[in-house]
Order: sequence, then structure tokens, then C-alpha cells
Amino acid sequence: MPVSNMVDSLITAADSVQTTSGNDSGWILHHIMDSRELDFEPFFTIHIPQFPTLFGLDITPTKHVFFMWLTALLLVILFYIVARSYKKSLVPKGITNVCEVMILFVRDEIVKPTLGEGYEKFVPYLLTLFFFILFGNLLGLIPYSSTFTSNIAVTATLAIFSFFAIQIGGIRQNGFFSYVKGLVPKGIPSWMLIIMIPVEILSLFTKPFALAIRLFANMIAGHIVILSMLGLIFFIGTYFVAPASVLFAIFIYLLEILVALIQAYIFTILTSLFIGMAVHQEH
Amino acid sequence: MLTNLIIGVLASGDGGGTLLDVNPGLIFWTAITFIILVLVLKRVAWKPILTALDNRAKGIEDSLNRAEQAKEEAQKILEENQATLSKAEEESKKIIDQSRIYADNLKEQMLKESKDQQQKIIEDASAEIERKKNAAFEELKNQIADISIIAAEKIMKENIDADKNKKIVEKYLTEISKN
Repeated sequence: MPVSNMVDSLITAADSVQTTSGNDSGWILHHIMDSRELDFEPFFTIHIPQFPTLFGLDITPTKHVFFMWLTALLLVILFYIVARSYKKSLVPKGITNVCEVMILFVRDEIVKPTLGEGYEKFVPYLLTLFFFILFGNLLGLIPYSSTFTSNIAVTATLAIFSFFAIQIGGIRQNGFFSYVKGLVPKGIPSWMLIIMIPVEILSLFTKPFALAIRLFANMIAGHIVILSMLGLIFFIGTYFVAPASVLFAIFIYLLEILVALIQAYIFTILTSLFIGMAVHQEH
Repeated sequence: MLTNLIIGVLASGDGGGTLLDVNPGLIFWTAITFIILVLVLKRVAWKPILTALDNRAKGIEDSLNRAEQAKEEAQKILEENQATLSKAEEESKKIIDQSRIYADNLKEQMLKESKDQQQKIIEDASAEIERKKNAAFEELKNQIADISIIAAEKIMKENIDADKNKKIVEKYLTEISKN
């Protein structure tokens, strides 16, 4: 599994970090973690001013919030242009063509087969989810930017929305009581219910939990590996390791592009699948 | 070693934050941003784009159907034309046949009529000839009478000899009968 490989290389990288320069892996986290400043080292750093609290909640926008807004803005502008181009001509050209392929891929290859009948109501949400994660992942690969999808708070929030989408889809289709009853498979012996009911209730929450952790871990792992690769140069303290480090970092970077696509795809298809399972309980 | 690493990576960091720290403000902003993004994109992008794509798909299907329909119609018209053509051919054949029969009849009739007329003409001519003959005969008779009278006169004038007279009369008579 590539993830375990990543973890292994991470371990070795981190070990070397610890052995060569003590306990100084903070710079890696500094690049990955959320902060209250937009770093453009070595040029300048923008400090974000403190916002007033809202009902005791500190809502000061952080670095990740800014890149989330940037993603949202990009998405709105891009798809506004695409939507407008269809008013001129139904024949797609240029950027419209690319976006059309992706939109149709999400609708016809992800949502339609996994969600099944009545998929139309969830298409706007799932399309937004896919492109939000995809653009967030890809934006994070640009130097000086930050990957907001590698923040557990963001992925957890998206997973909570998935959780609500799954429950709302199931309840709307089947009615509240029959949906809750349908959570436990039919035709199992009654003594099994003692086990099955907690398991099924647990599985309601493990699904979105897995979604959140998967996206978070995948997005963070690649970045840590890239930074560790480049960090090796400084920790070992010789230029001879640089070509190998840079080549490896580039390789991981390219892999990250793939991972960015795959994670957006997986988050969307699993959410769609879970909604489909909740909507069509008989299967 | 692994736990060491996880603790090292997750728990260290400047300012004492860890990777698993959940910032409630970020949750707040993510929720707000995502909800607004869904609503805005739904209105601005997904609805018009998907409608346009569906319309395009429907348009293509429609035009394919229409092409199929037009083909069928053309086939039908072709068949109709062929049927009309063969019918027209048949009709023209019939008309030609009819006209041929008519022409034959007409020919026969005309032939018959002309024959009749010929016959009549011949008959008329015969009658005329007969009449002319009779008239000529009548005239001849009159002339014979006149000639007889003239001959008689001459005989009278030259009445010298009975024998001679007789000879003359006979001579005339033979002349006449010769005629």
C-alpha cells in the first residue's frame, strides 16, 4: 500500500530529523498547519488581525480559511464562465470542454451509478463537494499556498455535511421511523439485535469519520513526505543528497496530483454511495 | 518508534499546536463557506450547465429522431411516387390500347364506308351510263329515222330504177346495220 510506504519513509525521515538535529521537526508542521499569518518567506508575512468573537467563538480567519475562500472564489468564477459560455453556444470550447468532462464524469460516473434513482436532488451538493475538495487539494500543491483539505477541522466539517446528507436522504425517502428501522438488516434472528443495533448505530458515525480521516491523512502525508525529502538535504548537511531528494520530492509531488484527484473522487463517490444506501435501504 | 513519531509529528510544532487540534473558528468558516458555495454554485453554475447539457442531449436525440422520421417519410414518398408512376404507366398503356382499338374500329368503319361509297359511285356511274346509253339509243333512233327520211328523199329524187332503188335502200340498210 502506498500509504504505508509513505508512513515508512516518513518514519525514517522523521527519525533522521530527530537524530541529526534533535527534536526540530517544527518547521515541517509550520508549513502544514494552520496559522494566523500568510507566509511568503523570504519576502513578507501577512499577519491576520484578530476578529471580534462571535458568541464566544474566535472566528478570526486563518491561513486555511483564506485558501478556502480563494478556492470558493475560483470555483464560482470558473463555473460562472462555463455556465455563461453555454448561453452563447451549446458546443463546448476550451475550458468549458474540460469542465464539462469533469461535471459529466461526476454526474454520470460517480453519482448516477452509486446513488441510483432520485440522484438529481443530490447532484448540486456532490458536484460542489467534488470540485471544492479537488481545487483545495490542487491549490495546496502550489508553492506558498496551503492545503486546507489537510486540516482535520475542514475534513470533519465536510464529513459532517456528508453525514447530514446521508441521513436526510434516507429519512426523506423512507420516512423517519422506517428509515431507522431499516438501518438494521431484515431477517436476522432477534437475539442478534443486541449486537446489530449498536453496530449499525456505530457505523452511521464511522462512515463520515473514515471520510474525514482519509482525506486529512492523505493530504497531509504527501506534504510531510515532500518536506521530509527536502529536509534531508539540510539534516544530512551535504549537497550530494540533493539530487536524490529533489527527484524524490518531484516524484511525490506528481503523485500528489494523482492523490488530489483520487481523494476528491473517493470522498465524493463514498458520500454518494452512502446516500444511495440510505435512500435505497432494500438493497 | 511509531508512537514516538506520531507524538513527535502531531504534538510538536511551534506555539504548542498539534495537527489534530480542531479550531472551532475553522469549522465555522468551513460550514459557512461550503453552504454558501453550494447555494451559489447551484444557482450560478450547476443548474444552468446541467440544463444546457440536458437540452443539448435532448436536442441531439430530437434531431436524430427527426432525421429518422424524415428518412421514413422520404421512403414513403418514394414508394408513393413509384406506385403513382406504375399506375400512370398502366393508365397510359390502357389509354394507348383503347386508342388503338378505337383507331382500328375507325379504320374499319372508314374502310367500309369508303367501300360503300365506291360501290355507290360505281352503281351511280352504271346507272348514268345506262341512262346515257338509253339516251344515245333514243337519239340514234331519231337519227336513223332522220337518215331514213333523208335516204327516202334521196331515193325519191333518184327514183329512176326500181332495182336501183332497192339496191340503194339495201346499201343504206347495210350501212346502218353496220353501225
